[in-house]
Amino acid sequence: MNSATVRNLLVRGMLAGLGAGVLALIAAYFLGEPNVDRAIGFEEAHAPAHEHEVEIVSRSLQSTAGLATGVLIYGIAFGGIAALAYCVALGRVGRFSPRATALLLSGCALLAVYVVPFLKYPANPPAVGNGDTIGKRTTLYFLMMVLSVLLAIAATILGKRLAPKLGTWYATVAAVAAFAVVIGPAFAFLPVINEVPADFPATVLWRFRLSALAMQLILWGGFGLLFGELAERLLNPRPAKAEKSRAVAAAPN
Amino acid sequence: MAQHVAQPTATTPALPATLPLKAIAPWAVFFGILMLVLLYFVGAEQGATAVVSGSGVHEWVHDARHLLGFPCH
Repeated sequence: MNSATVRNLLVRGMLAGLGAGVLALIAAYFLGEPNVDRAIGFEEAHAPAHEHEVEIVSRSLQSTAGLATGVLIYGIAFGGIAALAYCVALGRVGRFSPRATALLLSGCALLAVYVVPFLKYPANPPAVGNGDTIGKRTTLYFLMMVLSVLLAIAATILGKRLAPKLGTWYATVAAVAAFAVVIGPAFAFLPVINEVPADFPATVLWRFRLSALAMQLILWGGFGLLFGELAERLLNPRPAKAEKSRAVAAAPN
Repeated sequence: MAQHVAQPTATTPALPATLPLKAIAPWAVFFGILMLVLLYFVGAEQGATAVVSGSGVHEWVHDARHLLGFPCH
């Protein structure tokens, strides 16, 4: 029974992630792609003539099918992971309904998985970034992401421990403060990366980063609402549906 | 006490029961790893490290990788 609930939530999480991925894809195509194109235009204008590489995948495929593949897989994968985290959080993080738990988890995931790492190592358009440092930049980005997620989990557990003593409000404030105090040194002491070419247009960089952030807001916001709806219907079926499912469960098969 | 727990009404919906961690663990281990592998292929394959040779995967998800915030190249 419980294992079946976990499976049902996982499937719904991946479906909701796919749905949210479609919404994020629309934002990526209309808000993000124009800035990617501008950045590539800058890159080509500044590359020495002999350095033009042979295209393996054309730009028109990269900006449509390729973009869709990446964004949808990202949505499904994070949807699945978020659903598993939801199984643990459900009924453990506080007095929230299934739907509210989903939106709360989604908001925390947006901050921990994306916004906190983004504030230290923001998204970069093509033409920004030195190819020789890709290893270092990838390591630092994933380190920041893992650190932020683990600290968010630790802060949640801390808040839950403090709640009986301090009350829910002050326990939550203390947990968020603890998260900020511990993540602070990571912001201060991890290496700074600035590989923006001196004459790269500032507005393109700013708009590219805003569109990247907008995609994540839409992805996680959409996921929270979609998954919350599906989870609520699964866990708190309406009376008529409850009757029907009870009848199905009782039927011999 | 018992009657307080067992009476959900329209205004006070029943609080969700917790799922035992033992029931979650096998799903979390198997699907958690599978999802992380998917994220690796979208986010990092043929960038800093490569499982598949060439640059086909990198080029195919190029735009997604930039817009999702992963270091691309």
